Amino acid sequence: MAQTAAITIDSRGELCPLPVVKLALALEELGSGQVAELLATDPGSKADVPAWAEMTGHALLRAGERDGTFVYLVQKA
Amino acid sequence: MSARVAKDLEIKGVLDYEAFLKLHAQAHKDTDVKRVALVASKGTLDMAYPPLILASTAAAMGMECGIFFTFYGLDILHKGKLASLKVAPLANPAMPMPVPNIIGAIPGMTGMATWMMNRMMSKQRMPRIPELLETCKKLKVRLIACTTTMGVMGVSQKDLIDGVSLEGAAAFLNYASKAQVTLFI
Repeated sequence: MAQTAAITIDSRGELCPLPVVKLALALEELGSGQVAELLATDPGSKADVPAWAEMTGHALLRAGERDGTFVYLVQKA
Repeated sequence: MSARVAKDLEIKGVLDYEAFLKLHAQAHKDTDVKRVALVASKGTLDMAYPPLILASTAAAMGMECGIFFTFYGLDILHKGKLASLKVAPLANPAMPMPVPNIIGAIPGMTGMATWMMNRMMSKQRMPRIPELLETCKKLKVRLIACTTTMGVMGVSQKDLIDGVSLEGAAAFLNYASKAQVTLFI
């Protein structure tokens, strides 16, 4: 079920807006349908990433927490 | 739009997207409810009043309102600071003090200006900041703390009053993009 990420963006230890900005820049390098994995520790990312996904139209496939890190899988539209 | 967000979250409850999307999607489209999105960026007593007054008014008018507290504005949500916000008399020529502005640099003048402002407010029976915040909460104004500010200023959620949501710029912009009124204060 879990899709393989084409790229991992490590934004751990960074604050808003870096997780979302790095995610947007990384997605520019990907083709439609490819998946990016974002690692973040900013608690604001829990609200920011879904907000970003809703506005850009990219799909937030999965989200969760792993060892204190928030992990997001995003598929480029 | 919520169809774009997967329902099969790895850990339920950690990221409550359903609630989040409901909050953000609720806007003018399906209802007559208008939205006001405010930014409170300053932490002085005089600049704490406008966002709270506008928010409570908006909510009283049946509008849905959220305030994003960022940078020094975060002090308005800070349990240890919100009841003792101050007015700066220096470089504030609007202060109704019958003395030259440079006097504001003398120690004790900030306390003096703050005392004056509090007195002016209570004479007009204006509520204090803590009461105004309580009113906003009762009227269901969304109080949003900027997580970047919390990180930069070393503020944790337990330093803030209860009922505050933690969000970043993207979440606020998404929320504000569905508002009819947005103001930066």
